[in-house]
Amino acid sequence: MVLLVLMPMFMMVMVGFIYPSNGSSMSNLPVALVNEDVGYGNSTIASQTFTMVLRQINDKTGIMVFSNASSVGDIKSMVQKGDIYGGIVVPSNFSTSILNGKQGTLIIVTDQSNPQISVTIQGVLSAVFDQMGTMLAQQKVQMLSPAVNANNSLAIVKPYKVQTEGVVGGNPSYFDFIAPGLMAMTVMMSVMTGLPVAISQEKEIGTLDGMMVAPINRLSIILGKTLGQTARGLIQGVLILVLSVGLFGVAIQGSILLVFGLLLLGIFSFVGLGIVITSFAKDQETAQMMMMTLMFPMMFLSGVFFPIQQMPWYMQDISKVLPLTYASEALRKVMVLGAGIPEITTELTVLIAFGVVMTAIAVPVFRRMMTR
Amino acid sequence: MLVYIAPKNIFGDFPLENESIIEVENLTKTFNDFVAVDDISFDVKKGEILGLLGPNGAGKSTTLRMLSTLARPTKGTATIGGYDVVKNDTNVRKLIGIVSEKMIMYNRLTARENLRFFGSLFNIPKDVLAKRIEELLELVQLTKWKDSQVGTFSTGMRQRMNVIRALLNLPQVLFLDEPTMGLDPQSSVEIREFIKKLNRENKTTIIITTHMMVDADLLCDRIGIMDHGKIVALDTSTNLKKLISGVGTTILNLEMANLTSELVETVRALKCADSVTQENSTHLKILVHGDEAFDSVIDAIRAKNGKIDSMENLQPTLEDVFLHLTGHQVRDTADQKMPMATHRRFGAPQGRTR
Repeated sequence: MVLLVLMPMFMMVMVGFIYPSNGSSMSNLPVALVNEDVGYGNSTIASQTFTMVLRQINDKTGIMVFSNASSVGDIKSMVQKGDIYGGIVVPSNFSTSILNGKQGTLIIVTDQSNPQISVTIQGVLSAVFDQMGTMLAQQKVQMLSPAVNANNSLAIVKPYKVQTEGVVGGNPSYFDFIAPGLMAMTVMMSVMTGLPVAISQEKEIGTLDGMMVAPINRLSIILGKTLGQTARGLIQGVLILVLSVGLFGVAIQGSILLVFGLLLLGIFSFVGLGIVITSFAKDQETAQMMMMTLMFPMMFLSGVFFPIQQMPWYMQDISKVLPLTYASEALRKVMVLGAGIPEITTELTVLIAFGVVMTAIAVPVFRRMMTR
Repeated sequence: MLVYIAPKNIFGDFPLENESIIEVENLTKTFNDFVAVDDISFDVKKGEILGLLGPNGAGKSTTLRMLSTLARPTKGTATIGGYDVVKNDTNVRKLIGIVSEKMIMYNRLTARENLRFFGSLFNIPKDVLAKRIEELLELVQLTKWKDSQVGTFSTGMRQRMNVIRALLNLPQVLFLDEPTMGLDPQSSVEIREFIKKLNRENKTTIIITTHMMVDADLLCDRIGIMDHGKIVALDTSTNLKKLISGVGTTILNLEMANLTSELVETVRALKCADSVTQENSTHLKILVHGDEAFDSVIDAIRAKNGKIDSMENLQPTLEDVFLHLTGHQVRDTADQKMPMATHRRFGAPQGRTR
């Protein structure tokens, strides 16, 4: 009972905080700055300007904290020790190149053991350098041509500007991508683990016999178990929904009723599978092991955490036969993109078909199991 | 060894209705290659208590499961009250109650809640069920604890619960699978008394499986001895015992201070010894036949310098009957207190769990 509530909460909070919803929450990354510039004609003005502007920009964003280092080797050993996440090196020929009309090269040292931070630093620095380069270019073109002034210089240096616009308003975060899939997954996992436990346990303690010697329809036993598990799954689904909306600001664009409908359909498609596995397993432990074996690939191949498109083709093929793929895809379309029933007919058809086929297999198999 | 002298069966002269309520024909159950129940046939009369006696793995529980519609026979048929257990299983279920080895109850529910749940599976009107639950609880003196969780009950109390749960639908036929297993002597007596009372007052037909001689001897009108899936003999306790004395077999109980394995082997080698069981370090139980059996045994032991402290000629028990019929004893892992049999054909039969 405690697990019923705790499991989805734990999943949600864990994933929610690991994948932050507002992109760049990284700040105060320790980075070393080395200026090795020897200057050109006794002047190191180029590198000094560069570091000054860099510090100014960083003061505003607060992404990095600069520390001093004496050389590239020094930076590398500091990265190895874990004191800093990366370094910026202004090479000795920086001023020479700039003042001779060449590009000034800058070296960024990154910590390859931490790709995430490495990429962030590269991205931040590239943006900063790009901004600085643009400013310099604007100054230069203004000097070159009297027709250019402060107002039109940017358009000359950078004639194109990109503006992105999604299907719906706002800026969906990675968590918005995760939340629907996570909801589908938790609900299905709950049903799939709950059913074998519920049935095998009754089989083991003997109470299933107590029901089966009663003159009741044996199908009603499955039906009862299924309803119980469905209720359990729905409670967890709702809990996740409340948490993602309340705690992580996930917006539901589509109809909330459709979301629940999809959750129910997802459960239905999984119940049959759960019953089949339960019937084949000898005891509770075996049933749970079989469930786990099935669930793990499903977790990673159904596009809950990672987009299916980035997987190799054979894995994509596997994901195409997993019902969770369709459930999470449909939920994502509804929750993030505000889709209605017409937009998710493919997913609905697959889920219903899967559920019907599985139930058709499950019922006779379960009946046979009961009178083994 | 505790030698139990069977009293005269108190139901011995109970007028049985001469109508069969259970008819079993060529019933067979196989699990893959393993034959659990091997082509058995028998009838049970209305109001009769039939015992199925045998070691674990003999096929007793599987027979009960088939009769109670919980397992599907591989071959053969069985009817209860005229209804086929496969084709008419719902009608059969209305007539029967089952007390299985596993206690059918939810530990977290109270006694009353358990009874109410299982009772509601039968089409019993609510008020009738409520009244019946109170009566049944009273019958086994559990009224005081009716609102306590059954998880807190002692094994004896749980077994009494287990029995009255099977009686909720007032069954005409009651199946009991090892009802006294794991119970202390006091609780066993209570359960036996209860079963007798039920049979006497309600004319309930009862089939009981057991590996306890006491249960079979005290309770049953007839006893079916099962071994390796077959019923090797089916008769009253008295008649079964005649099987032994009838063929001139005698049971000797010898006490020797210097009992060695060499002596045991010597006795076993004797032609007149049917089976030899070493009860403990000083006692030897021998089934012998023939007029000169006593002399040959004594001579053989004396010749090997065995010193006989005492010698008894015992009444045959069901245990001896079983030994005589199957060549091994009713022993299994569930009954460690008894000494190991030295005479074994196929090794100890193993109990199975399902």
